[in-house]
Amino acid sequence: METTFFIAGIVALAATLRTITCAHSVHALLYLIVSLLAVAVDFYALGAPFAATLEVVVYAGAVMVLFVFVVMMLNLNQETVARERHWLRPKLWIGPGVFAAILLAAMIWAMTIGGAIGVIEGERLSAHAVGATLFGPYVLVTELAAFLLLAALVVAAHIGRDEGNEARRKAEHGDRATTTAGER
Amino acid sequence: MSLLVLTLIFPLAGAIALSLFPRMPDNTARTIGAGSVGLAALVTAIVMVFWGANGGYPYIQTLWQWIAVGDFDINFSLYLDGLSITMMGVITGVGFLIHFFAAWYMVHDLEGDPGMARFFAYMNLFIVAMLLLVLGDNLLLLYLGWEGVGLCSYLLIGYYYKTPANAWAAYKAFVVTRIGDVFLAIGLFLLYTVFGTLNIQTLLHEAPQVWNQGGVMVNVAAVLLLLGACGKSAQLPLQTWLADAMAGPTPVSALIHAATMVTAGVYLIARTHGIFELAPAIQELVGVVGGLTLLIAGLAATAQTDIKRVIAYSTMSQIGYMFLALGVGAWQAAIFHLMIHAFFKSLLFLTAGSVIIACHHEQNIFKMGGLRKTLPLDYWLMVIGGAALAALPLVTAGFYSKDAILWEAVANGHGVLWLFGLVGAFITSIYTFRMIFIVFHGEQKIHAEAGRGIPHHLPLIVLGVLSTFIGALIGQPLDGVLPSGAVEDYPWIEIIFEVISSVVVLVGLGVAAALFLGKRQLITQATEGGPGRKTWLFFNSALGFDWLYDKGFVQPFLWVARGHRHDWIEAIVNVVPGLASIGNSGLSAVQDGRVRWYAMVMFAGTAVLLAVLMFG
Amino acid sequence: MTGLPIQYGMGLAALLFIAGLTGLVVRRNALFVLMCLEIMLNSTGLAFIVAGARWQAPDGQSMFILIIALAAAEAAIGLGLLLQLYKRFRTIDIDAASEMHG
Repeated sequence: METTFFIAGIVALAATLRTITCAHSVHALLYLIVSLLAVAVDFYALGAPFAATLEVVVYAGAVMVLFVFVVMMLNLNQETVARERHWLRPKLWIGPGVFAAILLAAMIWAMTIGGAIGVIEGERLSAHAVGATLFGPYVLVTELAAFLLLAALVVAAHIGRDEGNEARRKAEHGDRATTTAGER
Repeated sequence: MSLLVLTLIFPLAGAIALSLFPRMPDNTARTIGAGSVGLAALVTAIVMVFWGANGGYPYIQTLWQWIAVGDFDINFSLYLDGLSITMMGVITGVGFLIHFFAAWYMVHDLEGDPGMARFFAYMNLFIVAMLLLVLGDNLLLLYLGWEGVGLCSYLLIGYYYKTPANAWAAYKAFVVTRIGDVFLAIGLFLLYTVFGTLNIQTLLHEAPQVWNQGGVMVNVAAVLLLLGACGKSAQLPLQTWLADAMAGPTPVSALIHAATMVTAGVYLIARTHGIFELAPAIQELVGVVGGLTLLIAGLAATAQTDIKRVIAYSTMSQIGYMFLALGVGAWQAAIFHLMIHAFFKSLLFLTAGSVIIACHHEQNIFKMGGLRKTLPLDYWLMVIGGAALAALPLVTAGFYSKDAILWEAVANGHGVLWLFGLVGAFITSIYTFRMIFIVFHGEQKIHAEAGRGIPHHLPLIVLGVLSTFIGALIGQPLDGVLPSGAVEDYPWIEIIFEVISSVVVLVGLGVAAALFLGKRQLITQATEGGPGRKTWLFFNSALGFDWLYDKGFVQPFLWVARGHRHDWIEAIVNVVPGLASIGNSGLSAVQDGRVRWYAMVMFAGTAVLLAVLMFG
Repeated sequence: MTGLPIQYGMGLAALLFIAGLTGLVVRRNALFVLMCLEIMLNSTGLAFIVAGARWQAPDGQSMFILIIALAAAEAAIGLGLLLQLYKRFRTIDIDAASEMHG
């Protein structure tokens, strides 16, 4: 179990690092998908198969595909890649790099000072247990998550609409009841 | 005797009526203006009769309670005793004659322009304020009158306000007298702090019990009162305003700057004589101030070209005599001279006004000449007035009053002051007859039309009569009020001194005749160039006091004011907003609208927070 | 070793989170910003799973499900905003939308 965990972890980490440094959008997305898949393997190794499944199906399968669709819409070409490279000059990494190092050091130190607080045995927690918890004590939160998704649906539909197209469509189909200037 | 308040009410009603209807016909304005003061004079006469018949005891009429705040208790009360009744007589009597003359004068001065009602409104208001000043039984009421006359003086000097120079003259008068007023106010504060009351009689009664003679507080109080008096009476060091105050119409100069307002200082010192008696050093100072002023003013008067300025400087000089009298302790003589001076000085001013109108508003004496034949009434009256001013022996009232002062000066041991007075008499004689000779003798240079009518003749003749020895026969009921100061023990020595002063005056007359009668060659040559001309200019500018005050006070003040144009206090106060503004610009720069920067800041903040929590 | 000490799991989650955060701050392309947000959410989910596995409780996985729901909602709206950004500014440079400066 531990071996799987470590290997998948290394892959995930490497893929994530490659994601954030890549200049080409589609490549970065693919690296991200690899990272997500590696993390799914990590979940399975830790005894959470249901979480692993969800990770692959929902996260990598739906959310990332959504990203890919958007990338397609934005028509990437070579000059975009050049611009990205320009925005990724090494000297721009220094500041964030320093703070990242500090924050990481702080977090790691916080985690390790108390000594080992637990050991993961790797027992499987079946989907049945998760479902019972979700619709048992956490049913209210589940309903709220449904609300959230509904709200997100509405908002995304509203934000994402194309006003220019709508106006054109209205003008074409129009209100045939009223006479237009050309017919008078 | 409760009619006393009517002396105030009549002119006040006149002033209010004239103010409310400024466009009333000129004749109505003149009638109301002169009539109200005439009624006041009538009431004064009636009050005098009753008061005298009653035995001459001080009479107090309380009108109402003015201020009552805690211990501070001031009543609006009128106090009638010998001194105030004398002053009242001068104010309303001479005032009425002047108002009557002004009814003639303003017709010719305005020549149909609007403003008659305004003039008489101000004049009536002045009478009210002056009466309040002399009738007030406490110093606060006196101060009210004091300020009131200052206001009316300002309004009347600047009566022809459309000429900027007149407005500036009024401004100068007001500011210089204001300096004196401030000192007087501080003096009042001091007196109230020490005595807890401003009632004059109480003060005079209690002062010897509270203060030792020659103590610091008494000296300070006396000096403050003196400075207040100097401001109003145009004495050293606050004398520069009087000559410029001649910008007002001539009746104004006669009433305010000869007979009444400028004598307010003399009245103040006479009223508070108890305090000055407790401060002999300051009393001496009063005399010295008077002596110096009379010399300076006399010298200045010998080199003036404007007829009114000559008379203005002579006023300054004569008030110097009154101050000298107060300084040597001749209290009654000072008030006597005040009354006589009111007679002949207003005569001189009104006659000068008549001459000016006759010469079509010409005021330069060197442009006049030989008016003796065309203006006989004015000539003889001016001779009478000038003789009284110069104190020609025996026939003029001035002789009796001025000699009383000089005799008491020397009899009380103030030899130097007597000498000042004597030299002053010599100079007075010179400039008075200089003026008369230049204006009325010699060849006629200007066409003149004599004034006509009762309002013109009557006041002049009455004042003329009063300026002769007949005026000196008027006795003043001052015995209970002011110490006499007269020294009766040496009648023969007194006569010798009177002879000396008479001789001096006649010699002065002779010198004036020699220099200024006829072709005036000697004096013209002497003042042509070099030191002679410099001396003449020095005297003409009143011994350079205007220049001195300009360099000493006005320029530094303006320099400081200009330096403050960039308000340095504002700059200091603006340091805090300045810092806040810098902080604002600094912090605004942090908000640059970029999401990544905000994320970075949050990132950094978290890092710092965690680091502090972990390692701190 | 009988089990995995929890520090390794949490450490991995921390590393992934930091990587995502750095990427968020550095990248100017709005799309990459959204991707880094996904990385961070994912690492948080990992942390919850690790905790749940340690305590042998399904609560960790329940939380992970909610996190996924949140991430999906956020991705949808974020991409909508990205499209609007592109339409208005003709660029997906996230620094272009800085009108709230000062």
